[in-house]
Amino acid sequence: MIKRFTVILLLTGLATIFIGLALGYVPDGSLNQSARYYAENTVSDTGAANIVTAIIVTYRGLDTLGEVTVLFLTAAIVGLVLTRGAKAGKGKPMLASGELLSTGAGLLVPLILLLGVYVFVNGHLTPGGGFQGGAILASGIMLVLLSDPMKDFSHRLIAVIESVSGLVFITVGILGILLGAGFLDNNLLPLGKLGELFSAGTIPLVYSLVGLKVGAEFSSMLVNLSETEGS
Amino acid sequence: MNTLLTGMSIILVIAMIVSALMAISKRRLSIAILSAGLVSLIASAMFLLLAAPDVAMTEAAIGSGLTTFLFFFVLGRVRGESDD
Repeated sequence: MIKRFTVILLLTGLATIFIGLALGYVPDGSLNQSARYYAENTVSDTGAANIVTAIIVTYRGLDTLGEVTVLFLTAAIVGLVLTRGAKAGKGKPMLASGELLSTGAGLLVPLILLLGVYVFVNGHLTPGGGFQGGAILASGIMLVLLSDPMKDFSHRLIAVIESVSGLVFITVGILGILLGAGFLDNNLLPLGKLGELFSAGTIPLVYSLVGLKVGAEFSSMLVNLSETEGS
Repeated sequence: MNTLLTGMSIILVIAMIVSALMAISKRRLSIAILSAGLVSLIASAMFLLLAAPDVAMTEAAIGSGLTTFLFFFVLGRVRGESDD
């Protein structure tokens, strides 16, 4: 009774807050100071057509490094917890998945992987980028796992992709300190022409590395989850 | 925001609330998981309407794609364990 009452009280409180916010909402007439800076100077500073990517990779590159580190820690902890006691080898063989799923997976997985790579390589031109592309890559791996749960994925390969891309990411950042204006400075490579694939300095390189790293981390979590036995 | 966009967002928000209610009220877990994925899918359409395609992509890939499958994975695991 008390529990239900508390829930209702909480909901009405939230509702009053949100209704108050919605009634008092007035759209801004112009961009605020930092938004105006980004809108006006992104192209001349970084050469990226997608302002969101320029902010994520260049202006706030350190935050992106932090996010990737958090994701790495999560994947490491999942691996640590799940691989303990899972060394006993494969258990009983599962039922084969349906014809529809296995045929569909064979057709769709290459296309999904291609879409993921496209999304993170074109991160500086079109919406999307490393995190989205990495998640799309991992969902391709997920489809493989669903259609064939017994498939052996090379943990070593995933680990190598993950660590090499992380290492190159940090190296590009430190090269920015040594050769450019600061950590993750993107003027190491020529800015190029706006809207071309090889433009915007180091942004495509860094975002592709982030995409590979995120994809490898998600995939390692999924593979670990699927390889653990039930008990 | 013009009338068409406002109407579409109202429809999307109502659909989102309905599927969220389904997600917590259905007894069958698989339907609840699917409704939770539907909430994320409609949310990503909503982000697209609000001119935030980057956020919409993240929401569609992680919120409605990966987490839904992950829930099904874990559901299958838990069921398999209770059968033993």
